[in-house]
Amino acid sequence: MSKKPSATIEQKPTASNTSHGQAPINAALTQAQKIELFSQMVRIRRFEERSHRAYTGKNAAGGANIGGFLHLYNGQEAIAVGCCSLMGKHDHVITAYRDHGHAIAVGMDTKALMAELYGKVTGCSKGKGGSMHFFSPERNYWGGHGIVGGQIPLGVGLAYGVKYKGHKGSAMAFMGDGAVNQGAVHEAYNLAALWNLPCIFVIENNGYSMGTSQARSSAGDLAKRAEGYGMAWGVCEGHDVYEVRATMDKFLKIAREECKPAVVEIRTYRYRGHSVADPDNTYRTKTEIEDYRRTKDPIQVFQTALIAEGVLTTESAEKIDEAARAEAEAAADFADASPYPTPEDIQKDVYWESDNPDQRTSQGRLFFN
Amino acid sequence: MSQLTYREAVRHALAEELTRDPNVVVMGEEVGQFQGAYKVTQGLLEKFGPKRVADTPISEAGFIGMGIGASMLGVRPVMELMFWSFYSVAFDQILNNAANVRYMSGGQINCPIVIRGPANGGTNVGATHSHTPENILAAHPGVKVVVPSTPYDAKGLLKSAIRDNDPVFFLENTVLYGEKGEVPDEEYLIPLGKADVKREGKDLTIVTYGRPVIQSLVAAELLAKEHDISVEVVDLRTIRPLDIDTVLASVRKTHRVLVVEEQKPFCGVGAQLTYMIQAEAFDDLDAPIGRLCTIDAPAIYSPPVEAEQLPNPQRILKAALALLD
Ligand SMILES: Cc1ncc(C[n+]2csc(CCOP(=O)(O)OP(=O)(O)O)c2C)c(N)n1
Ligand SMILES: [Mg+2]
Repeated sequence: MSKKPSATIEQKPTASNTSHGQAPINAALTQAQKIELFSQMVRIRRFEERSHRAYTGKNAAGGANIGGFLHLYNGQEAIAVGCCSLMGKHDHVITAYRDHGHAIAVGMDTKALMAELYGKVTGCSKGKGGSMHFFSPERNYWGGHGIVGGQIPLGVGLAYGVKYKGHKGSAMAFMGDGAVNQGAVHEAYNLAALWNLPCIFVIENNGYSMGTSQARSSAGDLAKRAEGYGMAWGVCEGHDVYEVRATMDKFLKIAREECKPAVVEIRTYRYRGHSVADPDNTYRTKTEIEDYRRTKDPIQVFQTALIAEGVLTTESAEKIDEAARAEAEAAADFADASPYPTPEDIQKDVYWESDNPDQRTSQGRLFFN
Repeated sequence: MSQLTYREAVRHALAEELTRDPNVVVMGEEVGQFQGAYKVTQGLLEKFGPKRVADTPISEAGFIGMGIGASMLGVRPVMELMFWSFYSVAFDQILNNAANVRYMSGGQINCPIVIRGPANGGTNVGATHSHTPENILAAHPGVKVVVPSTPYDAKGLLKSAIRDNDPVFFLENTVLYGEKGEVPDEEYLIPLGKADVKREGKDLTIVTYGRPVIQSLVAAELLAKEHDISVEVVDLRTIRPLDIDTVLASVRKTHRVLVVEEQKPFCGVGAQLTYMIQAEAFDDLDAPIGRLCTIDAPAIYSPPVEAEQLPNPQRILKAALALLD
């Protein structure tokens, strides 16, 4: 990301640039809708903080609550919330392993999300996927993918499906600034451009892929690579939910109306380490993190804007925050109280046919234990 | 002798070979400035500089292919895959280029490349990050596949792998990285293709490799103490070349075999092994060959359930008892 140092140390969160707030897509928002955007961002933040606490803490049996990886979305909330708030019936979303924010933004139940982190059978993927693999097809949310860049061709496939079925819709395929260097991403770009598919490639540029800064991993500009494929592209700031919405709305309209893909780079920052296991001490300074938080925190920025607009007061913002904390706490309680899957569940959900034996048409043995 | 962790043993092998041969380079995601995702390469950038230890972008097909190409010219790249699971992104480079180029050129070209990294389940990282591709890799003539279980083996085998003139795929294990073992202070090599009898016994042979070696040793101890059964544990160490002679010698001694592998059963390493054992030692067998694998499904995330999907000492013990009934 471009690191523009903050002008002064005391700088307060900049209120949203009014021009974005007045973009038609934002001007059309009701007060209730604005509050909903704000509260989604707060709910994501509190969910992530609660899951972080669960990860580092122990359960009653002295074991870990959450295993494997936990990639937190803190700092990037305005992107998932801004983008997903624009979804209509035929707009689809797919992302990488940093997938909690998008899941909450499309409306998934935080209880099922937390239970998934705990590996419980009540989780959104029955405890089979974990943190990196949240899915909700009925909300047009197609995951949650662990292999860097691997979800991007799938996003193009969703766009293809939308077009093939004759729907007016789109697919938003999210990736990080490190993922743009995967070959699959470039093959996907070409297909989308060549076949005029309504896919928006969204680069959530938080400046780092694990411990590698953008400058050490990518040649040239990220979004501009679209030009090589004759695709439209844009760049915007990800700390301002109004700006995210205004920018994405423009490209989504083109996708839906004209079936044209685009690459949109959204500049953002992650507050936590790459995953909870990242000691986060080899590639950036604490000051860098603090500077961003102080001047560009997406929740603070939007709260300031909404207070200035008279939509929120400090007290009502506080209430929203309390409710978000309570929700995250309830999700953790639910997860904790839920049962684990059993070893018998291991071989369920492998084949459609073995889950639907009465409709099986193939013959022969499917499993080999 | 020193007590080293598996991680340190791998690191020492890398450092010694970087020192010995100026053609050796280490590359991969986060191997330098970040000190390695699993800290295997810690300190190497500082010691050998950015020309010898290079951070790559997240482009497995690109950088693995680049390493293969460089090896054709005599560079000896040791490429880290952060997880072997990401080999599928570089599959074409690994199997069409590294495995075939010697043959297709009529023997004019060779690829002295090592690709190394962890390949294991057991850390709740889910289906995409838990692949154990040793069988898939070893199915391709032209490549060598090594799966060490101890610090001693890891160091000696990696040094041999780096000096080897064919492509060698070296599969480590994140669960074992912190395990300690005795490692000689003086230099040593372990030849590829030599199995190691990790425990002698007379009633049953367990043939295994990688982390299940450690688990089989635990099970063997329990079988001795609680059931008075004497188990021999043969660690293959290398999957291809395969030291079938050591396996057969053990079978001829114990007459019963259990193959244990952290793999799905279908076309796994055990399938090849059991075929060879019955073909070459049929008359020596007192029972059908047993086999214990990972339960046949993608890796489940749920931590306590994943432990049951994988081989573990209790599952091994049960399988062994079933064979001796
Ligand atoms: C093919 C593949 N290579 C490497 C990894 C390991 N890995 C996971 S996330 C990551 C960094 C990705 O960074 P970026 O795309 O910027 O996304 P961010 O984590 O910043 O959201 C790496 C190297 C992986 N999961 N898949
Ligand atoms: Mg990033």
